[in-house]
Amino acid sequence: MKETVILRTANIYRDDFRLRAFTFGEGEKALCIVGSSRGNEYQQIFMCSRVLQRLKKLEAEGRFEENRQVMVIPTLNPASMNIGKRFWSIDNTDINRMFPGYALGETTQRIAAAVFEVVNKYPIGIQFTSFYMPGEFQPYIQMIHTGYENPEKARAFGLPYIVVREPRPYDTATLNYNWQIWETDAYSLYSGTTAKISVQGAEVAVDAVERFMICNHILKGTPAPAADVRIFHYDDLLTVRTNCSGLYHNLVPQNARVTAGQALAEIIDPCTGEILETVYSPADGVIFFRYDDPLIYAYTSSFKILREDA
Amino acid sequence: MLEDIVSIPLPVEETLRIRKNVIRNGEGKRICVVTGIHGDELEGQYVCFLLTRILNRNPELLHGSVEIYPAVNPLGIGSIQRGIPGFDLDMNRTFPGSDTGVMTEFVASALVNDLAGADLVFDIHASNIFLTEIPQVRINELHRDTLVPLARQANVDLVWVHGNSTVLESTLAYSLNAIGTPCLVVEMGVGMRLTGEYGQQLTTGILNLMRVLGIWDGDVQPVSTPIVADTEDEVIFLNARCSGMFMKTKRHGSWVKKGETVGYVFDPFQGKVLEYVNAEKSGLLFTIREYPLVDEGSLMGRILVGGGAAR
Repeated sequence: MKETVILRTANIYRDDFRLRAFTFGEGEKALCIVGSSRGNEYQQIFMCSRVLQRLKKLEAEGRFEENRQVMVIPTLNPASMNIGKRFWSIDNTDINRMFPGYALGETTQRIAAAVFEVVNKYPIGIQFTSFYMPGEFQPYIQMIHTGYENPEKARAFGLPYIVVREPRPYDTATLNYNWQIWETDAYSLYSGTTAKISVQGAEVAVDAVERFMICNHILKGTPAPAADVRIFHYDDLLTVRTNCSGLYHNLVPQNARVTAGQALAEIIDPCTGEILETVYSPADGVIFFRYDDPLIYAYTSSFKILREDA
Repeated sequence: MLEDIVSIPLPVEETLRIRKNVIRNGEGKRICVVTGIHGDELEGQYVCFLLTRILNRNPELLHGSVEIYPAVNPLGIGSIQRGIPGFDLDMNRTFPGSDTGVMTEFVASALVNDLAGADLVFDIHASNIFLTEIPQVRINELHRDTLVPLARQANVDLVWVHGNSTVLESTLAYSLNAIGTPCLVVEMGVGMRLTGEYGQQLTTGILNLMRVLGIWDGDVQPVSTPIVADTEDEVIFLNARCSGMFMKTKRHGSWVKKGETVGYVFDPFQGKVLEYVNAEKSGLLFTIREYPLVDEGSLMGRILVGGGAAR
């Protein structure tokens, strides 16, 4: 493992802002993995640290194929993580809305440009990404529909779900979108949580990355058996919206198989304890996303359900 | 008359209400004044106050409807946050929203639906807490033909026609203009503050456009002719080369000569000037940094050069 600093800038009162990258193997650039880009993406930096440990072990065992080099960048935003802030410490801009960046622009544009200059040279990119709402997802691979994506290639992760999503205007400034536009095969890997660490979720992600690397001839070995894969469009997920606001209480575990009409959660009046709303499943299926926070607003996606018949 | 656009109960003993004040006399055209999408931008508050007071005092001079939306992100304004609290989302990246979407999308959709069909919408901003701006209207080049003639009558100092960007397609103004409801985006002053003279200047501009649209019979002070910076004009961005504290030496709205210093970055530890910020070309300094702390790359000013500045 080699360590390099890909960006360092001085700050008048805080320590230098620096981004470290770790490389494994030698020779041709094969794969780049990027961890957290926001200050609250603790699970994403944790996943990267676990990947790093796994690659260190595999490198020591001589498992890297000849002429294959892999880079891991655990975080793009240590400055915000250190102060518990999701976006940039001063102006609250989002580094993952600044790609491909602009080297002469504002601070986060410059960070994005410096990062993109490095990661853009890799033919395959994996980003550990998060959802903006508190909750848990099934581990899955997401690809933005740009015309360049190939969901079939994502089967190599061995994860049970591959999701293709139409880009929204803001997506055009994300790392994943720009990677694809600049001809890198880009995958977003969701491991389940964001601000909470899930060891199990991270292990699933690390195993998936290793399997992907074996299938893509970056690592030697035999890939572990893969789960049955469902490839579907993000809009195929059934969103269950709340009608009331209040204290929120889940009744079913994440990943549960549910039936139409089954009670999934309750919303309670915080002062009187009255049940304001019981959230029911509109169909038979699997809980793909489950909201998880003490308070919930009306019109919030409390569940996303993958229907049995989708 | 106050009307609710959105009314959503919040979790604990509070209801989120987005309201508008409808002032109507007769069946004429409708203009809307929207502000507070960003909770830290307050300059529009004073415009709403001045305009409502004038209309209340002279209801017979109005021949149509004026609808005033002073706080479309009331939770953000109430907590001095730019975005939507609880979501950490920029509301001006959620449009046009969806009436079957989550709360932020639902609110965005309700607002667009309510504004749709107006003869003119003003969306008043105040840059942010970092920058001070001269009163200006910003127009996406896609809507130049419709909006520039209107913006010329708005009593602003500058009309900036900028290039299209996909990211901007999520803004309120883009969403409205895309459905044929003309919307002028005004930027003026600075975040978290009120600038009295700018509020008065824009209020005059709104009354003037009401006159142009035939819904205001009252006297209107003469309006100024703005500089119109088209996309072929050049805007120079002044970005910090190092981290430190910025002291401005030129006011926004100043005409600066090539090489002239507009401010400097200093280090309080060492008592040293780290960087003098000089104009690369002569032109109009229409933006200047207000918040002193800068990182490498922080925007410190914008200068309009080229044809627009020469006119």
